[in-house]
This record gives sequence, C-alpha cells and structure tokens, in this order.
Amino acid sequence: MILEVVIGVIVGGIPLSASLLFASLGEMFGQRSGVFNLGTEGIMMLSAFVGFYLVYLFGSPVLGIVAAMAVGGLMGLLMALVSVTFKAEQGISGIGLYMFGWGVSGTLFRVYVGGVTNIDGIGRIAVPVLKDIPVLGPILFNQNPLVYLAFLLVPVSSYVLFKTPWGLKVRAVGTTPQAADTLGVNVQRIRYQCVTLGGVMSGLAGAYLSIGQAQMFADNLTAGRGFIAVALVYFGRWKPSGVMWGALLFSMAHALQRSIQVYGIEFPYEIAVATPYLMVILVLALTYKERNVGPLALGKPYNREFRG
Amino acid sequence: MEKSSADKYRELAVSTVIVLFSLMIALILGAFLFAVAGANPLRAYGVMLAQPLSGMFGLTEMMVRAAPLMLVGLGIAIAFRSGILNIGGEGQIMLGVVFGTAVGLALPNLPKPLLIAAVFLAAFVGGGLWGGIAGWMRAYLNVNEILSTVMLNYIAVQVYQYLLRGPMIDPNEVAYGTGVPQTALLSENARLIRYIQGFRLHSGLLIAIALAVVVFLFLWKTTVGYRMRAVGAEPKAATYAGMNVKHNLVLAMVLSGGFAGMAGAIEVMGVHHRAMESISAGYGFSGIVVALFGGLHPLGIVPSSMVFGLLIVGADMMQRAVDVPASIILAIQGLIIVAIVSSNLFLKNPKMRDKVFSLLGGRKIAERDPEGGRT
Repeated sequence: MILEVVIGVIVGGIPLSASLLFASLGEMFGQRSGVFNLGTEGIMMLSAFVGFYLVYLFGSPVLGIVAAMAVGGLMGLLMALVSVTFKAEQGISGIGLYMFGWGVSGTLFRVYVGGVTNIDGIGRIAVPVLKDIPVLGPILFNQNPLVYLAFLLVPVSSYVLFKTPWGLKVRAVGTTPQAADTLGVNVQRIRYQCVTLGGVMSGLAGAYLSIGQAQMFADNLTAGRGFIAVALVYFGRWKPSGVMWGALLFSMAHALQRSIQVYGIEFPYEIAVATPYLMVILVLALTYKERNVGPLALGKPYNREFRG
Repeated sequence: MEKSSADKYRELAVSTVIVLFSLMIALILGAFLFAVAGANPLRAYGVMLAQPLSGMFGLTEMMVRAAPLMLVGLGIAIAFRSGILNIGGEGQIMLGVVFGTAVGLALPNLPKPLLIAAVFLAAFVGGGLWGGIAGWMRAYLNVNEILSTVMLNYIAVQVYQYLLRGPMIDPNEVAYGTGVPQTALLSENARLIRYIQGFRLHSGLLIAIALAVVVFLFLWKTTVGYRMRAVGAEPKAATYAGMNVKHNLVLAMVLSGGFAGMAGAIEVMGVHHRAMESISAGYGFSGIVVALFGGLHPLGIVPSSMVFGLLIVGADMMQRAVDVPASIILAIQGLIIVAIVSSNLFLKNPKMRDKVFSLLGGRKIAERDPEGGRT
C-alpha cells in the first residue's frame, strides 16, 4: 500500500503544481525587479472566474485562457501603477488587490452563474510513444497541456533571467536601481514590465485552476495558492529551478493530504487540510539563514530624487 | 521634532481631504462594478449609504458592526505604527473566540463584571498568541509577517472548525443529532448589556471606544508606546538609540493580535452568545481598511469604524434592495485600500502637501519638515 500511496502522491501532485508554478514564476520576475506583489491571490481568483465564465458561455478553453491572462495582465498593470508610479506600500496594496479580486469574482459569480456548474475545460493529452514508458510514462506524459507548458516555462524563465540582456536589466533593477539608472536602464519601465508579466502568469495560473484542474468555479477557489506562490519565491531563492522544486513539494504535500482522506486513515480532516499552510510557515522559518540572497531593493519604491 | 499646532492642523486637514478623496475615487470605481453586476449604481449607493441611517435597526446595527471593527482596527494600527503589517486579524479573531468562549463556558457562575473581564482577557491571550507567533518569526527568523499571518489565517479556520465540530460542540447538538458546529450558549453572566429592547446594540461599543482612548494614551503618552512608534518609523535610528527592535516587534504583534482576539470576544458576548461558524464576517480584513482610513490613529479609527459599520450594514440592505450580493463590499474595500496607500505619495511629499493645502484655501507655511517625516 505504501508504494500505491507514493505513486498516488506523485501522480496527484504534478497536476496540482502547475498553478503554483505559473504564479510563482511570474511573481519571481516581479520580485527580481524589486516589486513584491501580494495581490497574486486576488489576480488568480478574478482570472479564474473570467476564464471559467467564458468557457461557460462560449465553450472555448482557448478564449478563456487568453481572457484570463488579459485580466491578469490588467491587474498586474494596476499593481505596477500603485507600487511603481504611486510608490505605495507594497504589502498593503497587495492585500487591497487580494480583497478586490476576491470580492469581484465572488460577486460576479453569484450574479451571473449562481451555483457550482461544471464546464468542459481542457483534459489530459497523452504524449505519443513517451506515454508507453512503463511506470514513468503514465505519470509524466499523460497530463494537461498546461502542465507541460508550466514545466517548460522553468528553463525558459531561467534563460530569460540569466542569459538575456533584458534579464540582466531585471536583476540590476532589483538589486541596485541607482546603478542601473545611472547606466541608462529605465527602472520604472522594467518594473512595469515585470509586474505586468507576473500578472499575466497569475492569470494563466487562475485559468489553469478553473479551466484545467477543477473544471468549475467556486467562491474562493484559489484557497491561498496565490499566497503560497509568493512564499515559494522565497523558498526557491528567486531561482526558477528552486521555485519548481518548491511547487512540486507543496503540491505533493497537498496530494498526500488528499490520499490520507481517500485511504480513510484516522486523522482529523481539518488538520489534514491545514497541513500545506503549516508547511509554508515551517519552510519559511527553517530557511531563514539563506534569506540574504534576495534582491536587495525588494519592496523599496525607487525615487530618482533621493539617491542613496 | 515637535511640530507647532499650525503644522499639525495643516497636516490633519490635508490628510483628511486626501483620504476622503481616495474614498471617493474608490466609490466611483465601485460604481462600475455595480453596473457590471447589473445594478443601477446610484440606487445601490443610495440604499447602501442612506438606508442604515434612516431607522433604528440600521443605526444600531451600524454600531454593532463598528465595535469589532474598531478593536481590529486599533490592533492593526498598533502593528503598522510599529513597522509590522498584520494581515492575520481573521485568524486572531477566531483564536480569541475560542479562548474567550472556553473561559465563558468553564466559569458560568462568576459574577458578571468578573466573568466579562475574564472572557476579554482570555480572548486577548488567544489572539495575542496567534499574532505573537508571526511577530516572533519576523523578529527572530526574518519570516515575512504578511505571508505568515495569511497562512495562520488559513490554519486558524481549520483549527476553529475542528474544535466546533469536535471537542467544543454543544452537547445538545450531539444529543439531538443535529450536529450544527457551534458551542453551547454562554450563561447570562457572560453577556454584554443590551440597551434597547429588540435591538442588538450592546455595551461592546463603549468598551471599544474606551480601549481606543487607552491605545492613544499608550502609544503617545508612555515610553513603551513611544519606543514602539520609534521602531516603526526608523528601525535603524531606534537601534542606535539602544531600543530592542526585535522585542518591540513581538510586543506589537501580541498587542495587535490581542485586540483582534477581543473583537472576537465582543462578537461572542455581545451578539451571538456562543462560538459558531463564520463568526468573524471578514472583520479581520475590514479592520485593515478601518485602520488606514482612520489614519492609523486611535481617534481617527473611532469614526472610521462607524463609516465601515455603515457600509457593511448598508451592503446587506443593498443586497435585498437591488439584488447584488453583499460581497461586492469586499471589492470596494479593496479599492479603498489601494486608493489610500496610493495617496501616500501625496501625503509624504511635503511639496504635494503644501499644494493640496493651498488648494484648500490655506496659507502656505514655510517648509519645516523636508523629510516629510511620519509622526
């Protein structure tokens, strides 16, 4: 039975990790440029609803995903406006964005849909040939196409961040904005780009949740995944590969919690549900010594008039 | 640096105008939301803002909501002033409810004033512990307090539901097999006084106002309070001055969580007389808006909690009148937060402040505070 559980956890965990991965990679770009976007949860919720609703209306998952990404991008742009141009406290403004996304998605869902309704979203697609590999094939190569995309984005993000001129600018702006500014990098523009990109990715994360994973929408569907995604950036030490391992770890913990319920192991249900959140706190607490590798200017609005 | 009273007056005038302006912008954006949700925004706002004021029920309910909002808001102001963001009000309220109800049920025959004080104290301890965890982790392990308080919210919900369904459930619910997740009713001695027959208005509001005065005196007239604000305003300078920053961060979060816990006690002793599911009604988050809208000042938070008590009661009435879910108020509060923190650009920049002041018809005052320092 142990082997069964282990395979079950891996099989269950990989699809769960995609939404975390999208959101977390997006947040990583924002934080690398120096902006801490706590609104991820709200962006995911609203875009999950928009994606769901378009599929519900028109039956087109592609349209749903595109619209969700557009909504995410707009909310990212709003966050950029608030935190870069208005230089607002980023933690609090993120919470404002969270409440906004939660309130709007919950309200519009009740007005336009009413109750829980299933939709035909995107199902799994098996990769020919590879899916026939024993044991690993069905686990790794019979997934939702968005899951493949999420894992593909890990090396892509790595490449963009560490091997392209733009990635260099992003890192420079997040570490020493004054120096970057002196060298002619437009700090504000790079930050706008990164936070908007983060919004688009959170939108994709939301769309994956409602269209791919759950194939439905419910109030508070994201249940803290947006916040966990932010924590994963810390856990992954601002590196795409670290973020990926974190996303896998947490989704497997989530899957383990589900299989505990499925196998009827005696364990209070509520404590099982609380486990992933508890894990986030523990992981943040245990990795505190490694925290000094983050972007130095994280959370600090850049003001040209006060060069320090 | 001591400021002259003219400066103080100028700052107060400017920040009041800016905060009201932010509220207006948020309400205008909210009007679009109403339109998207299929309602006439003017009619919706009309019901929301005017109907609670036009009858005894609305007025008393507004004050019933204001009491917990005030306490949560005070706690959040203490934390924010000390340089730590407390987003965990929701979880701290629940822990306060658990601790307070447990004491209330355990000592049903204690004399009324003693029992009420004991429940408040227990709730303070419960909320304070929950907040203190996040404060301690921030101070000693450098864990971002926003993330930890948010996670503690999710954990608190589960702990709360576990306790209500299991160990703390009303024995009658088990005996009759109904199984509603709630505790037994508190004894008469653990209930706050209700003033008007047929309405829920209770003495919790007066207690909250008294505590607002206590917080004001604590933060501005005691050494400990001064240190906490100093640590919040300039942690480096405070360290050089020999203040223990870490110690103050923990203290701030314990107090902040404790106040949220007491808000839970007020709901239990004043409104429901037991612990039950969804007791908090989002006060943990609304408290953030209340605190910001009140300028993070106890004497601003008192009227501010009335404003948001009005909005929350009004949203319920609006839901019945124009058929838009009351959850829209959550979105509007989010917009208010975004608008207020964005306006900080104007509040912190002395040139901008002067400009706003002269627009108001006031004389420009020679620049005295080039850093635009926080008080």
